[in-house]
Parts: sequence; C-alpha cells; structure tokens
Amino acid sequence: MGAGHAHKLYRHGHSRVHALPPHTKLTAVFAFVVVVVSTPREAVWAFALYAALLAAVAYVARVPAGFLLKRLLIEIPFVAFAVLMPFVAQGERVEVLGLSLSVSGLWGAWNVLAKGTLGVAASVLLAATTELRELLLGLQRLKLPPLLVQIASFMIRYGDVITDEMRRMRIARESRGFEASGVRHWGVLAKSAGALFIRSYERGERVHLAMISRGYAGSMPVIDEVTASRAQWSYALALPATALCVCLLGWTL
Amino acid sequence: MHVPDGFINAPVSVAAGVVAAGAVAVSLRGARRELDERTAPLAGLVAAFIFAVQMLNFPVAAGTSGHLLGGALAAILVGPYTGVLCVSVVLLMQGILFADGGLTALGVNITVMAVVTAVTAYAVFRGLVTVLPKKRRSVTVSAFVAALVSVPAAAAAFTLVYAIGGTTDVPIGQVLTAMVGVHILIGIGEAAITTATVGAVIAVRPDLVYGARGLTAPLKLRVGGELVDAPAAEPAPVAARSPRKLVLTGLATSLVLAGVVSFYASASPDGLEKVAADKGIDTKVEEHTAADSPLADYGVEGITDARASGGLAGVIGVGVTVVAGTGVFWAVRKRRTSETSPASVPDVPEKV
Amino acid sequence: MDPVTEPLSLEVSGLAFAYPDGHQALFGVDFRIARGERVALLGPNGAGKTTLVLHLNGILTGGAGTVTVAGLPVGRQHMAEIRRKVGIVFQDPDDQLFMPTVREDVAFGPAAAGLKGPELERRVDSALARVGMADFKDRPPHHLSFGQRRRVAVATVLAMEPEILVLDEPSSNLDPASRRELADILRSLDVTVLMVTHDLPYALELCPRSLILSDGVIAADGKTVELLCDEELMGRHRLELPFGFDPGSVTMGA
Repeated sequence: MGAGHAHKLYRHGHSRVHALPPHTKLTAVFAFVVVVVSTPREAVWAFALYAALLAAVAYVARVPAGFLLKRLLIEIPFVAFAVLMPFVAQGERVEVLGLSLSVSGLWGAWNVLAKGTLGVAASVLLAATTELRELLLGLQRLKLPPLLVQIASFMIRYGDVITDEMRRMRIARESRGFEASGVRHWGVLAKSAGALFIRSYERGERVHLAMISRGYAGSMPVIDEVTASRAQWSYALALPATALCVCLLGWTL
Repeated sequence: MHVPDGFINAPVSVAAGVVAAGAVAVSLRGARRELDERTAPLAGLVAAFIFAVQMLNFPVAAGTSGHLLGGALAAILVGPYTGVLCVSVVLLMQGILFADGGLTALGVNITVMAVVTAVTAYAVFRGLVTVLPKKRRSVTVSAFVAALVSVPAAAAAFTLVYAIGGTTDVPIGQVLTAMVGVHILIGIGEAAITTATVGAVIAVRPDLVYGARGLTAPLKLRVGGELVDAPAAEPAPVAARSPRKLVLTGLATSLVLAGVVSFYASASPDGLEKVAADKGIDTKVEEHTAADSPLADYGVEGITDARASGGLAGVIGVGVTVVAGTGVFWAVRKRRTSETSPASVPDVPEKV
Repeated sequence: MDPVTEPLSLEVSGLAFAYPDGHQALFGVDFRIARGERVALLGPNGAGKTTLVLHLNGILTGGAGTVTVAGLPVGRQHMAEIRRKVGIVFQDPDDQLFMPTVREDVAFGPAAAGLKGPELERRVDSALARVGMADFKDRPPHHLSFGQRRRVAVATVLAMEPEILVLDEPSSNLDPASRRELADILRSLDVTVLMVTHDLPYALELCPRSLILSDGVIAADGKTVELLCDEELMGRHRLELPFGFDPGSVTMGA
C-alpha cells in the first residue's frame, strides 16, 4: 500500500481512448453499463457481443488482457453468491450431475455473473485509461455538485498522506514488538485509528488555514476547463450506442 | 457488501439512485451549515481517513481478519451530514476508480452503506446519549450500541432493496434472516472497534467528537479557567480507565448477543446450522477483507470459494425460527429509533 | 536600512490576543518592517510566534491593536486584498499543497483572485521558475521530495505576488543541500521576508535583522549578528546556538 496506489490502476498511454476527454468516457461507461443491465438475461449471445465490444476497447486502448483479468478478481465475493443462487432459489428445478438446481436460480446466477463482470470490466477500462485528476474534472464537467467534487479531490490528495501515516504508525507499533494477532489487540489498533482520525482532522483544519490564506472564500477557482468536440463525443459514445443496438436486438429476437 | 451491476434490476437501481442523490444533497447542505467554508477540506480529510481505516485490518482469529466499515464511526465523530457525505464520496471513488461496486448500483450502495448506517447509528447514538447520564462512558456505550445496530440495519435495508428489485427470486425471508444474522455478528466487531476508536479520540481531543459536544463543553470551561496545563493532565487517567470498562461493557454485550444468536441457531430444526453460523462468521469477515479493502492489491488473499459458498449456504439455511427473532429485533429497533430520532442538534462549532 | 524612512511593508502595533479558552498569547506586540527587508522572528516554543503569524493575514482577529500591511489595515473590509498581499508559507508543505497537481496548486491563489487564461499560466510559470521547479509543473505534489514540496509551497505564495512573504520554519526537515537551495532562492527574491524560525544559523545567513518574540512581546529587535552574540539575551529567551557555532566569526554574503 502506501504511496502511489491509485496510479497502479492507471496505465499510462497515448491511445485514442486515453486522449478522450474524461467526461465523455464517464458518460460512455455509465451508458454502457445501463444498457448492459437492461438487457434481458435470456439473450446470452448479447452478453458475448458486449464482451467483444469491451475487448475491442481494450485493444484500442492497449490495455493487456492479463491486466484486465487480474482486476476482475474484485468480483469474487459475488461470484460466491452467484454460485449459491441455483441451490436456494425457488421454482422449477432441474437435475444437473445429480444435484437439484433451481432454473430461475441458474438464470439469476448467470445474470449477476454476466452483468457484474461486464460492469467491472468497463469500470476497470475507464480507470486504466483516465488519470485520477481527469476523472475529477470529468465529474465536475458532468455537473456533480462542486462541493462533492472538492471533497473527492481532497480525499484523493490526502489518501496517500493518511495511508502513509497509518503505515508509519504500524511500523512504530511493530518496532516496539507489537504484532496484532487477535481480538485482544483491537484496543491498540483502535487507538491507532483514533490517533489517525485526530491527525486527519487537524490536518484538515491546517489545510483550511492554508486555503484561506490564499484567498479561498468557499468556492474553488476554476483552473482547468475540459471540453469535448463533437467528434470526441461521437467516438466515445460509439460504445454505448453499439451496445444499445445489441440490447434492442436482444429484446426483439 | 459492495453491490455489483446486475444484482438489482434497473428501475429499483434508478430509484435508489434518486434516494441517494437526495440524501447526498441534504447532507451537502447540512454539512455546509455545520462546517461552512471548512466543509471541503475537513470532509475530504475525513473521507480520506475512512478510506484509510477501511484498510486497517483487525485480526479476528486463526489468520482471518475484518475491518471497519466506518459509517457509524463517521457519523459519531463528524456528525450525520458530514458522515453520510464522507462515506458516499468513498463509495463513489471506489466505484469509479477501483470498480468496487457497480456504477448502476452506486445508488443502492450509497443508500445502504452510507445513508442507512450513518443515520441509524447517529439516531441511536444521540438517543442513548440523551437518555444516559452525562458521562464519557455513556458516549462510549452509546457508540457501541449505535455501531452494533447500524450494521444489521444496513443488511436489512439491503434485503428490502433486494426484495423489491432483486433479479433472482431467492426466498426473501431466508435472505433477511441470513443477512441480518450474519451482520449482527459483524456488527459486534464493528461496534467494538468503533467504540474503542471513539474512546481513543475522546481521551485526547474530546472536542472533536461531534456526537459528544454537549458533554465536553462545560468540562472544557472548568478546566481552562484556572490552570493552563490542566487539560494536558486531565486525559491521562481517563485514557487509563475507560478502555477497561469499555472492554467489560463490550464483552457483556457480546456475550448476550452471542447467546441470543446461538440460541436461535440451536433452536432451529437442524443442528447443522449452528456450525454453519459459526463458520459463517469468519467466512463473511474474510470476504470483507478482500471485497472492501480498496487498495488491497485486488489479488485474492485466502478466499477459498468452496468455503465461502459453503459458509453462506449454511447461513442462508439458518431457518425460519430466526425470522421471529428478527421481527422482535426490528420492533425494538424501530421503537428506539423513533423515540430518539429528534436528536438535539449540538451548537455550531466555533470558528478559528 | 532605516525602517522609518523606507515605505513600510508591515506595521504591527499594540497587538494583544487571547484565545477563546482564556489563554493569552500576545501581550502588545510592536514592530515595523520596511519594504525589501528580510527579518527573522526568533523565539522559544510557546512564545506566540504562530499566533502572531496568523494575525498578519487576518485569520485571527478580535484582540487589541492593529496590523497594517502596505498601508492597508487588516480587517474585514480588505480581507481579500490582505490575503493576497501577505503570503504565508506554512510549516508542513503537505498542508499547503492541497491541489492534485503542482500547477493547479500554484494557480490556486491567483485564480481565487480572479486571474485566468494565459495571464494565470504566465504567473504560474514565473513563480515555478523562481523556485527552480518549472519542470515539475504537472506532477502531483505527493510525488515530490520534501525539499521540492517546500519550494513549491514558496511558489504557491510567490504566484500571488505578495507584498510580504511570511515563512514558518522554512528550514525544518530539510537536508543540508535542500536547505542551501532554499536559502539561495529566498536570497534571490526581491520581496519583503519575515521568517519565523528556530534555526539561528539560517536566520543569520539570510536575515540582517532579527526580532525576538518572548512571552508575547518583542523582547529584542536589532542586527541578527549582534543579538546572536549577546549570550545573556539569548539565554534569557531560551535561544541556543548549535554546538560549535560562533556567530561572530561568520562572514555573510547577504
């Protein structure tokens, strides 16, 4: 952990996907996921096409398959849940290899697995091709309340500083022979958490002082303005638009 | 507990999104009222703190560990508005940056994990603080109960959302039982850690605990009056004394709760479930470690699918008996919440 | 340099202040700094140095006495102007650098004052060039070394083209090379500098004149070398020179 964690997700590059303005990418990913979620689960082929679309994006963005697949592991807890569904869901049952499984449960599991995986893959591609800073600018451009963007921006700026403080506190504990190994040690760890909160809060107060010292009066000055051309928008929206066609086919076929 | 895409159907996701947006808007205004122009740096730093503390692993036993969810802690330390705001921002960033929780499920995630936990915890906390004698120990006891209640409350809220918009017709009674049952146990851990953390902050900077401001104001005046170095000497005995009592209280509560849970478990028709419930605890906690710690390398640490699913299966099968118990729990919680929710709003912090 | 004949950058008179908890930190502080001077503010821990600094740009107000910056009284009606004129560099650069990139951080002050476009960009570039950090424009602050961060922190304030630069412990936590680099930068600037420090050799190196703040009042005001050589004065205010350092024997380039 520690420094630079957030940048592990980002893969530096100069592809056309990297170069797109952040708000077009955010919109495209969000629209894509909405389309995927609204697709009927019986249209199995549609999900294959979605996966192919994402693979195409990954190819254009030069994001290696291994990187993408490794990030997909985040899903595992829900895979466990999905695996369980056919056993506990109600309704008509089928025999598979001697096990009695619920048909609707099987569909449900497929639904969660397919849509969840596509959603995670789309988000991973977004994070891999967009810098943190740009993402915030994109959110700002998409009219997220400015205060919310500022809070997120401070969180990202100081996430590293605070995790680093936490790491130093752990090292200090361990240097004095303390190794947390069970419930008995929660008190010590919680004291560290308490100290971390105090440090964070006091730092917040000092940051505020530094801000007003430089003329802050409640709203952040606009320093960067991101804009997107029509061509960039259409390039970015090609993904959800194609997905929408697939989705509509999925409903009609 | 981060819900992925496709778990909840589109209409309900949209509805939850609207609820979440509304709650965040209200929190923005509320936080602004409390912190005015300090909102951005302070809420940002607290969000960074929540983010960091979710990575702090608390070892449970035999190599498993859990971590703080932080909703209750945030609400108690910085107040419900800022608390909701901070946890929401953490969830937003986890969704966008780490693909942790689906983008379409963001509304569900914020509603369940930020709004329900923080608001429930704060209502319970304020209620108890008002009722109990005006002492520091009351604050820690209230923090314990508040955190304990907030986790199953979130689980129940999730179940409600799932009942309306779930994409698979899993029997809802079972889901509720399993979710709430498991989360009461997780809640005990959450409560113990939250309490100890709040206790640690109170011992050093009581003025920073939003939920306890009413208690510390007179104390500060009395101390600051004559002797300048009195505040420094004061916290020491408190720090030495309070954890023990805290641990005792926590232990008593845990014992009672553990008793209740195992009672339900053994009362169910099949004796197997008790084992399953026991097994479910660490499985669930373990799952959280990998699922929630946002910066964990996202490599898999110690999750064995078979075990996770086995544990969950067992937990979901705990049985109808617990539904009755949950009903009682809900009734109690509802009454407590409704009688305590009009919490007195502490006075506005002095500005530097 | 005679403070009376020059135009004044800063004038503090009769400043007294007590915190809301009753603790009184300042008991009538008086001093004046002429334009272009470099002055060190020395004093033991708890002397009220930070409290004084926070008065200079109106973060703390409400006590007795006045602070005047370039003829402008510090008060509600000129607050924006005052905060532009008084540039405070805080001790921890991590507190000061709160924006995601160096460029945005340096732009924050001027942008808050209403500057935009190419003029803003020019301001940022020149401030970064003055501290030798022009190549780090698009880096996030937490990827810089401590010394680099301190220099960027100075740039964030320089970008506001302040009347007076106030530095809180500028040499703390710096390795000797970074310490010297910062000294070179500070010497090259043509602004009024007030430097709050415990680092007596650094004060001697950079500031011809020093003030000693002790128990909430200015206890001494004079040539830095003379103050540092006055052992009795130094001892009385808990100021100690590093082992083996003799201020009398140092020849200064400044």
